[in-house]
Amino acid sequence: MTEENVIIAKELTRTFGKFTAVNHISFNVKRGEIFGFLGANGAGKTTAIKMLTGILSSSSGTAVVAGFDINKQRNKLKEKIGYMSQKFSLYEDLTLKENIRFYGGIYGLSKAEIIRKTGEMTERLRLKEIENTLISEIPLGWKQKIAFSAAILHHPKIVFLDEPTSGVDPITRRQFWNLIYEAAADGITVFVTTHYMDEAEYCDRISIMTEGHIKAMGTLRELLTKYDSKNMDEVFKKLAG
Amino acid sequence: MIKIENISKSYGSVKALKGISFEVQKGELYGLIGPDGSGKTTLFRILTSLLIPTGGKAVLNGFDTVKDYRSIRKMVGYMPERFSLYMDLTVIENLTFFATVFNTTIHENYHLIKDIYQMLEPFKNRRAGDLSGGMKQKLALSCALIHKPDILLLDEPTTGVDPVSRRDFWEMLKNLQKTGLTTLVSTPFMDDAALCDRVALIQNGDILTIDTPTGIAGKYPHKLWKIVSENNYRTLKVLESFNERVSAFSFGNSVHLSTGMQTSKEDIQEHLLKNHVNIINLEPIPAMIEDVFMELMSGNKQQL
Repeated sequence: MTEENVIIAKELTRTFGKFTAVNHISFNVKRGEIFGFLGANGAGKTTAIKMLTGILSSSSGTAVVAGFDINKQRNKLKEKIGYMSQKFSLYEDLTLKENIRFYGGIYGLSKAEIIRKTGEMTERLRLKEIENTLISEIPLGWKQKIAFSAAILHHPKIVFLDEPTSGVDPITRRQFWNLIYEAAADGITVFVTTHYMDEAEYCDRISIMTEGHIKAMGTLRELLTKYDSKNMDEVFKKLAG
Repeated sequence: MIKIENISKSYGSVKALKGISFEVQKGELYGLIGPDGSGKTTLFRILTSLLIPTGGKAVLNGFDTVKDYRSIRKMVGYMPERFSLYMDLTVIENLTFFATVFNTTIHENYHLIKDIYQMLEPFKNRRAGDLSGGMKQKLALSCALIHKPDILLLDEPTTGVDPVSRRDFWEMLKNLQKTGLTTLVSTPFMDDAALCDRVALIQNGDILTIDTPTGIAGKYPHKLWKIVSENNYRTLKVLESFNERVSAFSFGNSVHLSTGMQTSKEDIQEHLLKNHVNIINLEPIPAMIEDVFMELMSGNKQQL
């Protein structure tokens, strides 16, 4: 194999009592790939992400993420991944700079590295003048860009983004995707969920989950051909409708 | 009907609403379209009498939201943005609770929620906290309807909801409209706008424009083109040096390019080919709400 797989999931399964939330899913994600993880509400996406990030153990089957077993090497795994969601990303009562210092500390960056990375980031996002502003006073769109930068501060092998652009205005949403492209070009694998079907089309590969299974997986072109559709919205509605 | 007159609201030095006005007619399905932080929730809280505006006033079916707050609360059905049901009560217990609070019974107004409730019935003894997102949303809508409101106020009912449940939800709203209900619904999804009778686009506490969905799309002041190529990112880069470009944004696997009215297909083709972009498809298209929204956001409000 010439291409490195940063996620290898084999028959990954999770049950809660009699209910099977994730039912024998298997897939690989390559280094630097932007992988869209779509699905209906309640299809098992969140449970799958919790297992892949080492928060929840699997009932059966396994996955290797960033080179570590999700059940046996959780702590090592967590050092090599990043995570952000719309719901939880930054501490509202800390300033931008304090948040970055906090995340840097958590990920074991040195003081000098934190200072250097904070400088780089505020420069790149043009946020130097608000670095001492409380996060609660910063507009959502900017916040999400900062949260993403914080999630990849330690240059993880893979970053998990759970509906990162939910409610973000259309221009900022596109700027956010430019950050995703830059991270992927930098070798960071991006695993992203979204309910915006135009964003699904920006991914290198897309999977669609329904009722615990991966019902379809492929590049945009493959899915459009296979399901005889003109866009992802149509594919999604055919599979999950 | 809903009459909003020059409503403003400030939190300290932050101006959440900057004096907005619009009217929703009786029986209308009216959309308030804008991103998070644009002031949508503040407006809903004023309309439901939960917040007092800093300036201006709002009147719903003749009742003032400040003076007549008791009547307002009986008359409106409200579905707040954050899931507002009791997670540790079952489906049927939640519904009974909301009916009782409004001095009515499920039986009395069952006809209003029948179509929606039938989808929930198999889970009626399940706790609300254990329902899927789509089901929670159906229950919240049922609870907002159970006292037979004249006006329905829905604050981002489809946020975090998958495209299929979102489509189903809009179908429910269309069906409810047939009963004469007046509905104001907010959403950050630009494509939801097309399903409303009229929409107001809102950004930073200000109304950008108000019209029917086709009216809004028709206001786009430039010529718009859809370009499908091998690589959007490269196409966008190449278009940066195209003199006749007004703006260019990615839309899924295509790029929307806006140009002056005189620009021809050949002009664009020539520029792209010269820069080695392989064109799969290039055609003029009518603008969508999202194109207009981005145009207005970019500070070109005066043009429309």
